[in-house]
Amino acid sequence: MKVSANWLKQLVDFKGSIDELSHTLTMAGLEVEEMSPVAPPYEKIVVAEVKSVNPHPNADKLRVTEVDVGTGNLLQIVCGAPNVAIGMRVPCALVGAKLPGIEIKEAKLRGVDSNGMLCSARELGLSEDHGGLLALPADAPIGQDIREYLDLNDVYLTLKLTPNRGDCLSMVGIARDLAAVTGAKLTVPAITPVASTSTDARAIKISATKACGQYLGRVIKNINTQAPTPDWMKRRLERAGFRSISPLVDITNYLTLERGRPMHAFDLDKLTGGINVRFPNPGEEMNLLNEQHVVLKPDMLLIADDAGPVAMGGVMGGLESSVTATTTNVFFEAAFFAQDVIQGKTRTLGINSDAAYRFERGVDPTSQRDGIEYATRLTLDICGTPTTEIGPITEAASELPIRAAVRVRVARVNSIIGMNIPSATMAEILTRLQCKVAVEDGVFLATPPSYRFDLNIEEDFIEEIARVYGYEKVPVAPPKSSVPMLSIPEGQRSRSAIRHVLADLGYQEVINYSFVPETWEADFAANLSPVKLANPIASHMSVMRTSLIGGLIETLKNNLNRGESRLRLFELGRCFLSADASFAAQPERIAGLAYGSLHTEQWGQDKAAKTDFFSVKGEVEALLQNFQLSFEKTDHPALHPGRSASILVGGRRAGLLGELHPRWQQKYDLPVAPILFELDVDAVTNTAAPRFSALSRMQAVRRDIALLFSDDTPVQAIIDAVKSRKYRTVTEFSLFDLYRGNGLSAGQKSLAFRIVMQDTELTLTDSECDVTVSEIVKVLSQEFGATLRK
Amino acid sequence: MSDLKTILQEATGALADVTTMPDLEQTKARFLGKSGSLTEQLKALGKLSPEEKKTAGAAINEVKQQVEALINDAKNRILNAELETKLAAEAIDVTLPGRTSGLGGLHPVTRCLERIEALFATMGFAVADGPEIETDYYCFTALNTPPNHPARSMQDTFYVLNSENLLRSHTSPVQIRYMEANKPPLRIICPGHVYRCDHDATHSPMFHQIEGLWIDEAISLADLKGTLTQFFRAFFERDDMQIRFRPSFFPFVEPGVEVDIEWENKGGKIKWLEIGGAGVVHPQVLRNGGIDPEKYSGFAFGMGLDRLAMLKYGVNDLRLFFENDMKFLAQFR
Repeated sequence: MKVSANWLKQLVDFKGSIDELSHTLTMAGLEVEEMSPVAPPYEKIVVAEVKSVNPHPNADKLRVTEVDVGTGNLLQIVCGAPNVAIGMRVPCALVGAKLPGIEIKEAKLRGVDSNGMLCSARELGLSEDHGGLLALPADAPIGQDIREYLDLNDVYLTLKLTPNRGDCLSMVGIARDLAAVTGAKLTVPAITPVASTSTDARAIKISATKACGQYLGRVIKNINTQAPTPDWMKRRLERAGFRSISPLVDITNYLTLERGRPMHAFDLDKLTGGINVRFPNPGEEMNLLNEQHVVLKPDMLLIADDAGPVAMGGVMGGLESSVTATTTNVFFEAAFFAQDVIQGKTRTLGINSDAAYRFERGVDPTSQRDGIEYATRLTLDICGTPTTEIGPITEAASELPIRAAVRVRVARVNSIIGMNIPSATMAEILTRLQCKVAVEDGVFLATPPSYRFDLNIEEDFIEEIARVYGYEKVPVAPPKSSVPMLSIPEGQRSRSAIRHVLADLGYQEVINYSFVPETWEADFAANLSPVKLANPIASHMSVMRTSLIGGLIETLKNNLNRGESRLRLFELGRCFLSADASFAAQPERIAGLAYGSLHTEQWGQDKAAKTDFFSVKGEVEALLQNFQLSFEKTDHPALHPGRSASILVGGRRAGLLGELHPRWQQKYDLPVAPILFELDVDAVTNTAAPRFSALSRMQAVRRDIALLFSDDTPVQAIIDAVKSRKYRTVTEFSLFDLYRGNGLSAGQKSLAFRIVMQDTELTLTDSECDVTVSEIVKVLSQEFGATLRK
Repeated sequence: MSDLKTILQEATGALADVTTMPDLEQTKARFLGKSGSLTEQLKALGKLSPEEKKTAGAAINEVKQQVEALINDAKNRILNAELETKLAAEAIDVTLPGRTSGLGGLHPVTRCLERIEALFATMGFAVADGPEIETDYYCFTALNTPPNHPARSMQDTFYVLNSENLLRSHTSPVQIRYMEANKPPLRIICPGHVYRCDHDATHSPMFHQIEGLWIDEAISLADLKGTLTQFFRAFFERDDMQIRFRPSFFPFVEPGVEVDIEWENKGGKIKWLEIGGAGVVHPQVLRNGGIDPEKYSGFAFGMGLDRLAMLKYGVNDLRLFFENDMKFLAQFR
């Protein structure tokens, strides 16, 4: 909300500077987001009257004028504005004046002396209007400083009001709160009722009794809606961001601005019969003031006449019943609509409404009568004619909100705030806020004023006491509480630990959006029915990912375009398997991507070595070194069918590893295929704390054997076969070489294994070792047809 | 006797010129070998009288020892020279770059988060987590923000198609989930992704928040001020940092607080900078979490993690965090 500091100071006797005013409002919870002067800091600009206008001898578009600036001598000024005319009163910048970007000097314009400048609104920094000179009213006093005349020594305060403070959505509301917080005197102009001069009235009925607590109406006839809105009102409206439209619309807007009292003016002659406040009948439709056609929903409150809907109550008037330039008879409405009936309606309709904005936050239920009297007074003052007739105020009422007294315990207030505020101070604060207060036994019975919809429970009053007392005065307490030591299971590996291992292995963490293009889901996860957003920001952010792979590929591509050639990336984040709000449906995954040469480009390293499946597999093994890990061949839509594996942790599938499918390498325009892995975080965080096993002091014996296998025998199966025998003395059985080619027949490979044997009690003899080795060879020969390589 | 003097002179001269081990062996043989000049002298002793033998033998032995010492010196000299030559040949350019397997690193937001988790852990805060696709109940209703409440328009929420669920617009739902699952005293922070339909230079549709919750008997607004003041000073490593707490409104706290820190802008001007929302947990929220507000009270706070990282590291554009440019990310290793 935009607030004029000068106007605010007329309502409340605040003595401090503008900075102090801003600070006070902000610390009262009415945050001042911005302060800006109404006009730039120029001077020497006065009201002038144009006395003569003559053509410029040397320029078609310029005129030579003489103007009276109240000094007794006329000034000759060359002017280029199209609207300059004799008798016109305009702002005139005198010699020496400094306007934004211009300093006024005595000058010759195309050979003619010019001693000043006649100004447009834009030159004065008041608006963007550069169509011509700013025409001032005919009674503007010649020679008066324009800052004084147009009240330019004012500052706009832009307030960012929170949704609970509907009571502050008006000048009087802000002034009232400022007065309560500072104790300064509040002066709200009194409203004098206008007596009726006729009996003209419309019948009013409230059918929707829960939605509308009271409805007041008044007929005013024979008014002149051609009369101009007075400058003071226009200025106040415009400075608050309202556009001046017509006197009747301006009057209702002014009431909203000054009092926070939304009103509506109907063209009386377009109403048929009486008013009924009701919910729509099935199929009812109407046109709103903004020319929007609305098919009414059952919860949209209507103001209807005998012919049908004429307004959407508390939201917006109807198009057909609205006041126009030809209106002479008007019907004013001042009503109280319940918050919950109005809430959400502007969002449903996609419209802005100052009235609805206030009703959904709460409008003072005692302000209807004052509102209609104030509107009558202003209409009479502005549009009144000798034949104007004023009807009586007619009313229908159901139930208006009643503010109940709330128990506020002094001890509770101090316990929640964390300090000792004397109860007398609390009472004074509540009284200043215009609460009715009764005290008994350390408990206040506090009844909030009618306009405070946000004071309903004890805590609401605690906040008010803290707010007015001053958050700044609340102590900064060293936290006091028992501090039980946090439980940190040793077998629980943190996400942070996982990230650090990957970072140490050379991987850079990235963070991608959780919403991705639909094509990524299809390509990298074969997911044709991803979780979709109802209101995505763009189509490439429209579905929720079930895999982190797409984001890594995208990051790879972007960085290749930026000139990188070797990348190691990882991301840890949630994937979304369904729309359920559960951890099971949203597993956390960790994925990595490796691309380009095996080593970073450097001297003395094999530049031709490429990152491949096995280099990344080694890194995955390093990441998971405390886990019982195995790999098996798999098929995955994102990966090369011959170069992809499931990662098994403790025999359960925990993720995958492989080379990007050539199809996607081509589609996503990648020079070579990256190697990818993706793991369920949960599967790799729970491990066991280490346990000691006795060290043997006996000599270990190493034997190497080489055997010939069929090329399609998986090494994992061979190792598993040996390990499953659980030879007592075998402490290690591992592959250390693989050979194909010369000397072997096609379809054969030679695998060399290291067997390490050790006993805990004795030194093994050669013959004992020989027995074990031949045992192993026999097993491999039986299970895989392996033969010892000669 | 003059023979011995000559021999010593010869040996001194010859050994001074020796530069290789074979030369040394040859020279050694010239004096001490089977027919070396000193050996010949010793052999000649046999012809002398016992008296003469004693005197002459002592003289020869003295010279022999001197020659042996000279030989030893020469040997050391040669070995040193050979080692020097070997070392010189083995020298490397120590300024060549070291061999590396390539450096990785954490995302700056993660880096910042780890620091925040560590700071709060020193105060006994555990880390909690919640789903990112949330129900309306946990995201709004349980947090005292019923449907159509004007506060809902403070956040533009993403909704899931054909579902009642939404993408959480703040980390506050974790408060309720944690309260439901745990008994007070509670002390947690909950970091994570949050989502809002906003995309420009200062807004990202996905960003990071960190929520905090402390519930115990008689936890107050003053404790909130104390905790957050300590946190911001520790996080920014500025003991004199001014922190401002002012009234504000969030439906799930009462009293509500907006937290500002004092910050120097580019022009060197000190200004208040909004850094987070906070407040004393609303009694209805405690009840929704199964906690008796008469027995327990507490405070909650929420901050933008990306914003904290921006301030901490001087990053001027939020979007950089989500563009994943290696040149940007590498700055935070």
